[in-house]
Amino acid sequence: MLTEAALAPAAGLGDSDYGGTRPRFSTLRSAGHTFLEHRMAVVGLGFLLFVVLFCFVGPLLYKTNQVSANVVVATLPPSGQHWLGTDENGFDVLGRLMLGGQTSLEVGLGAAIVGASMGVVWGSVAGFCGGVIDSIMMRVVDAVLALPALLLLLVLAVIIQPSVPMLIIIVGVVSWLVPARLVRGETLTLKTREYVDASRVVGASRRRTVARHILPNVLGTIIVNATFQVADAIILVAYLSFLGLGISPPATNWGAMLSDGLNYALSGYWWLIFPPGVTIVLTVVAVNYVGDGLRDAFEVRLRVR
Amino acid sequence: MFSFIVRRLGQAVAVVLLVTLIVFILLKVLPGGTARALLGPRASTSAIKTFNHANGFDRPVIIQYLNWIWKILHWNLGYSYKYNQPVSTLLGTVLPKSLLLVGMAMLLAIIIAVPVGMVQGARRNRVLDHVITGLELVFYSMPVFFLGILLILYLSVDHHVFPSEAPQGATVAQVIQDPRGLVMPILTLMLITVALFARYMRSSTLDVLVQDYVRTARAKGNGQTGVLRHHVFRNALLPVVTLIGLSFPTLVSGAIVTETIFNYPGMGLMFWTAAQNRDYAILLGFTLVTGIATVTGSLAADIAYAALDPRVRVH
Repeated sequence: MLTEAALAPAAGLGDSDYGGTRPRFSTLRSAGHTFLEHRMAVVGLGFLLFVVLFCFVGPLLYKTNQVSANVVVATLPPSGQHWLGTDENGFDVLGRLMLGGQTSLEVGLGAAIVGASMGVVWGSVAGFCGGVIDSIMMRVVDAVLALPALLLLLVLAVIIQPSVPMLIIIVGVVSWLVPARLVRGETLTLKTREYVDASRVVGASRRRTVARHILPNVLGTIIVNATFQVADAIILVAYLSFLGLGISPPATNWGAMLSDGLNYALSGYWWLIFPPGVTIVLTVVAVNYVGDGLRDAFEVRLRVR
Repeated sequence: MFSFIVRRLGQAVAVVLLVTLIVFILLKVLPGGTARALLGPRASTSAIKTFNHANGFDRPVIIQYLNWIWKILHWNLGYSYKYNQPVSTLLGTVLPKSLLLVGMAMLLAIIIAVPVGMVQGARRNRVLDHVITGLELVFYSMPVFFLGILLILYLSVDHHVFPSEAPQGATVAQVIQDPRGLVMPILTLMLITVALFARYMRSSTLDVLVQDYVRTARAKGNGQTGVLRHHVFRNALLPVVTLIGLSFPTLVSGAIVTETIFNYPGMGLMFWTAAQNRDYAILLGFTLVTGIATVTGSLAADIAYAALDPRVRVH
C-alpha cells in the first residue's frame, strides 16, 4: 500500500547514487524519448487521461441524479437505463463512479502536491543547513515515519471532520516524509558541487542558491516520487472510507463505493464492488507505470543499463 | 563498528522521544481532551474541572508530559474506560495474535518474494519479467479489503475451501487450533507484501548484477545459476534486511484492514473498534507502542546491515 514511497528510504544508503539523476535541459528531450519507450508508461498515461475525462467530462454526457436517494430503484442490475446498475440507495453506479472518481483523483493529486511541497521545503532546508539543524529535522521525519500512516490518519480523521480539502491536508501530512528524505539526500550531494560554490562566491543569498541551483536539479526525483504518492493517496483514502472515517454522503469516492458495496457483495450484487474495485486497481496500476516510466526517463543511472 | 552502534543508538533514543512527543501532542489536541472523552458530551464544566484537577491535567504542560513519560516507563499506557481495563492488559491479549498473523504473512512473503525477485532481475525486460511485474502491480495497487472480499467470494462462498471468518480464540494457542481459519487472513496480507518485497528484490538484484565482482565471476567462467547463487543472492539480500525493518508500519496498517475484514481478534481489529468508539486511550497507546517497535526494528535492521556489510559503517 505504501508503494515506492515506502521503498525509497531503504535506498537511503545509496543516496549518493541518486547523484546522477538530475534532468538537464539539454537532456529533457531524451528524457521524453525514454519515457515514450516505456510502453506500459504510455499506456498508463493514456488510461489516466481517459479516467480524468471520464470523471470530469463524463457527467455532462451521462446525466444521473447523485444527490437524492431513491430506494424504489435500489440495487437494480445493469440495464440499458442504468449501464452499471444502481446501488443500495438507488444511485446510478456509473454516474457515481464518475462523481467518486472526482474526489479520489482530487485528493490523490492534491495530497501528492501538498506532500511534495512540504517535503521539498523541509528536505532542502535540512540538507542545506546541515549540522544540528539537519539532525533534528531528520529525526522528526524518522519519528513520524515510525508511526503507521493508517494509525495517524485514523487519529487525525477522528479529530478533523473529513472533507475534500481536509482529506488532502491529512493525507498530505503523512506523505511529506519520503520526499523530505529524498530531497535532503540530493541537497547534501548537490551542495558540494562547484557551481553551488560558485554561486555562493558571487554573493548569491542562501535562499537564491537553494531555489536557483539546487531545487531545479532535484525536480526529477520529486516528480517521480510525487507520482507514486498519488497512487498511495488514492489507496489511503479508500482505507479511510473502509474504516468508516471517509467523506460523508451523498459525496463519495471510489473507496467509499467499494466498502459500501462489500456489505452487499455476498448477496450477489457484483456490480456494487467490481466497478469501483477494478477502477481503483487500474488507476493505481496506471499511476505506478507512469511513475516507473518517469523514473526511467529521469534517472540517467538506470538508463545506462 | 562500536561507534556506529553508539551513534545509531543515540539517534534511536532521540526518535523514540520525538514519537512520545507526537503522541502526547495528539492526546492534547483531541477535541475536549480526555475529560470530555470519558465524561461524555453532556458533562458539566465543573465536573470536567474536577476531573482535570484530580488527574493533574490543569498543571503545566511540561509537567504533564513528564508525568506521562513516567507512567509509560512503568508500562502504564492509560486506561480504556470502554473495556474497563488498562491498555497494557488489552495489548497483552491482542498483540501476540497480531504478531502471529503479521509474522506468518511476512515470513511466507519473504520465502516467495526473494526467488521471484531474483528471477525477475536475472531475466529483466523479458516476457516473464513483464508478466510478473504486471501481476505484482495489480496486487500492490489493490486495496486490501478488495483483495479480501475477492478471496472470500472465491474461496469461501463459491468453493467452500476456507472459512471466511478468522478463529475467535482468546489466546494464540486457541487461535492456532483452527489453522484453516488462519489461511485467508494470512494469504491476504501475504499477497500484498509479496508484491512489495519482490519489486524490491528485483531492483536490488539489478543493482548487484552490474557490480564488477559479478563481471569477474562471469569472466572466470561461472554459469548463470552459479553466479546468481554464489555472488548475487547474498548481496542482493542485504537491502531486503532494511526493508523488513522498514515495512513494519506498513504491515501494521495492512493488518488493521485485514483483521477487520476477517474479524481476526488482534491489535488491528481492536484499534479499528477504538476508532469507531473514540477510545483515545487505546488509539494512542497502540500508536505509541507501534512507533517504538518500529524504531527498534529499524535500529536492529541497521545494525544487522552494518554487521553484514562493512561498507555501510564508513558513511
